[in-house]
Amino acid sequence: MTTMTETSPATAAARAMLPEHGTSLGVPNLKLAFWTFLGSECFFFGTLVATYLSYRGKSLTGPYPADVFNFAVTSISSFVLLMSSYLMVLALAAVQRGDRGKTLAWLFGTALFGLIFLGFQAFEFTEFYAKGLTLQKNLFGTTFFVMTGFHGAHVAVGVLWLLSLFVVAWVKGIPREKALNVEVAGLYWHFVDIVWIVIFTVVYLIPDPSKGA
Amino acid sequence: MSATPLTAHPAHAPPAAAPSGIWDWITTVDHKKIGLMYGVTAYGFFLLGGIEALVIRAQLVKPQSELVSAQFFNALFTMHATTMVFLAVMPLSAAFFNYIVPLQIGARDVAFPRLNAFSYWLFLLGGLLINLSFLLGFPPDGGWFAYASLSERMYSHSPAMDYWVVGLLVLGTASLAAGVNFIVTILNMRAPGMTMMRMPVFVWMTLVVQFLVVLSFPIITVGLIELLLDRTVGTNFFLPLHGGDPLLWQHLFWLFGHPEVYILILPAMGMVSEVLPTFSRKPLFGAPFVVFSGILIGFLGFGVWSHHMFTAGLGPVADAAFSATTMLIGVPTGVKIFNWIATMWGGRLRFTTAMLFSVGFIALFTIGGLSGIMHASPPIDLHQQDSYFVVAHIHYVLFGGAIMGLFSGIYYWFPKVTGRLLDEGLGKVHFTLQFVALNIAFFPMHFLGVDGMPRRVFTYDEADGWHLWNLVSTVGAWMIPIGLLVFMYNVWWSARRGPRAGDDPWDGASLEWAISSPPPVHNFDAIPNVPSDRPLWDQKYGDATLGLDRRDPHIHLPPNSYRPLIAAAGVTTVFGAFLIRGHDIYRHLLDAPGSTIQSIPFSSLFLATVATGVIVLLYGLYTWFFEPVE
Repeated sequence: MTTMTETSPATAAARAMLPEHGTSLGVPNLKLAFWTFLGSECFFFGTLVATYLSYRGKSLTGPYPADVFNFAVTSISSFVLLMSSYLMVLALAAVQRGDRGKTLAWLFGTALFGLIFLGFQAFEFTEFYAKGLTLQKNLFGTTFFVMTGFHGAHVAVGVLWLLSLFVVAWVKGIPREKALNVEVAGLYWHFVDIVWIVIFTVVYLIPDPSKGA
Repeated sequence: MSATPLTAHPAHAPPAAAPSGIWDWITTVDHKKIGLMYGVTAYGFFLLGGIEALVIRAQLVKPQSELVSAQFFNALFTMHATTMVFLAVMPLSAAFFNYIVPLQIGARDVAFPRLNAFSYWLFLLGGLLINLSFLLGFPPDGGWFAYASLSERMYSHSPAMDYWVVGLLVLGTASLAAGVNFIVTILNMRAPGMTMMRMPVFVWMTLVVQFLVVLSFPIITVGLIELLLDRTVGTNFFLPLHGGDPLLWQHLFWLFGHPEVYILILPAMGMVSEVLPTFSRKPLFGAPFVVFSGILIGFLGFGVWSHHMFTAGLGPVADAAFSATTMLIGVPTGVKIFNWIATMWGGRLRFTTAMLFSVGFIALFTIGGLSGIMHASPPIDLHQQDSYFVVAHIHYVLFGGAIMGLFSGIYYWFPKVTGRLLDEGLGKVHFTLQFVALNIAFFPMHFLGVDGMPRRVFTYDEADGWHLWNLVSTVGAWMIPIGLLVFMYNVWWSARRGPRAGDDPWDGASLEWAISSPPPVHNFDAIPNVPSDRPLWDQKYGDATLGLDRRDPHIHLPPNSYRPLIAAAGVTTVFGAFLIRGHDIYRHLLDAPGSTIQSIPFSSLFLATVATGVIVLLYGLYTWFFEPVE
């Protein structure tokens, strides 16, 4: 039998596990919360993608995907978004090193690349709209704009988040022990990127069965 | 490390300007207070949903009754179900998650106390928003499942279904935030020694429920957003006219809707698994089997949704597959029932009110479970679909199951929460009245259903031959509030005059009984060491010690905050703006019938409300994130 008194080494070890000192799984609460949230987000985007797929090629009227898509433009914007994930990795590494200058540069760079992606998306939406594709026009318009729109909204939230971190880093700096705050922003940012890879594949790479111009 | 009294550390004494009274409740981040707020609010909605049920039963008491119009009857059954599912049973369970789970795992609070407050305020605001429809004369009337295309604008012009969609979006956000919070709390905030398999079964069932919430609510959220866009912006998601498929709505709804059934019942199963061992003076029989059955139910719960759609014509392969998974999910449920019975077998039984409700739960839930297995067979289901037989089934599962389990939990933990015992005599009167009444109310519905009475009809003809059992059912339904009045008097009297409970009135095995009743604000003077899955019994009857006679020198409690309320108000305003849009469209359609939704311009009031909501939300979030919590 082990009697746990407050002086025993076992208690001391156990006390190191208290919420103030650590967690049961050894993962910070904030990080675990974000992984859980992202699991939920998988089902959110999964449902949007499922809706898109189940209506693929079922539009009763044009414009059809082949009528509006500009593959080159979307490929460039996708590349920019992917590269923003690289900058995000550099930003986190800079925070963990305590390198303030690089932190500022890479955080701003990540946000900027996100903004460029959003600019491309705005351009793309405007172009499609000019070609007659609206939210209400057909099932393709409905499912395409809502799915990519929600993704764009997620990118916009991410940009706002990154710029907020940038301001914090600028005004008072982000100390190494607070790198977790940047890490969870990175988790979110990478997730939003991965969602785009899925959407890009589903929407642009898999040939659409409906007839186009 | 010496046992230093709290008062020796002025830094940890309550701040001089500690909030008091109503402001303390508005700004509280204490899981116990938030749990109480959940409980009281949900009980209020439970009464509201009950009144709706009583009016339904009054309308059906005789053939050709004209008590309410057909239109209002539609609103009554829609809001009765919506209220009971989302505003009564779910938040009543949430009350127990909040109050009991941190105590049972030996934690001082949940992982994110302010997020917890945020969830509560969203729940309250969402509940008020959806019920605001009654005051404005547009109660939702499309059924709690809101099948497209009936729920689309072309068949439901009025803003009624907008209230339903918007209300559920707000409530869903609340549940998602709470889901993340409790998953992290249970996985990460356990006291030293509290391994996963040492957790009380109630904590386990809470964990499974939170995973179901986190993974099923995003599905209905997307479905609701798609329906809302169809109704307010003119998209084509579920409109056959433009190639949309109403069946997609059914899939999205039941992909959420069936896990939701387990979200409603698993917490009650967890409570029963705490009450039965305590009053049988035996550990739960085969506790790991009960835990793994709960996990299996959680997984299988995502694979049975189309048994709600056997009449939709999905084809023999799909029907056979979902029939098989549905029968399969009966197995872990049956395992649990036998484990509960085996727990009582040979035990030293004490039939307290809490125990009676738990035993009643087993009996009634088994009846509901058996009629559920009948629905797993497509040929039988084809006959029973949309009949009162299904109404009987769901009420045995949700009233006989979930509500009975929740009352068991209330009688069991009331002394821990208030420090006083509920009167056992009144409790047994309550149990007897409720048990008898609900069987009189719901059992005849089996007969009516088999006799062909469709559900959701506002009246019937004498020649249909359904008068007698409808009369009996109504008498039973109106007996239920008598038991509830006894219960409410009991609570009101006992909370002030009941005998003192002491720390451990039931001789419990789990950690919450090791601390005072009601618990101190910091729950535990010292974080306990957990030697087994029944730590307090080990300390009382074995030679283990929980180490609770110490006092931590540093107890950090987060300060009160009103930011969660502001953020919740922002979210509610953004969603609520779509009600303005719904009203705009309705007015426009009255003036110019046949106009398309996209031809109706967005009003400046709508746009201003969205903008206001976003600004309030951002203000709430930014001040929240930068609020000092040390």
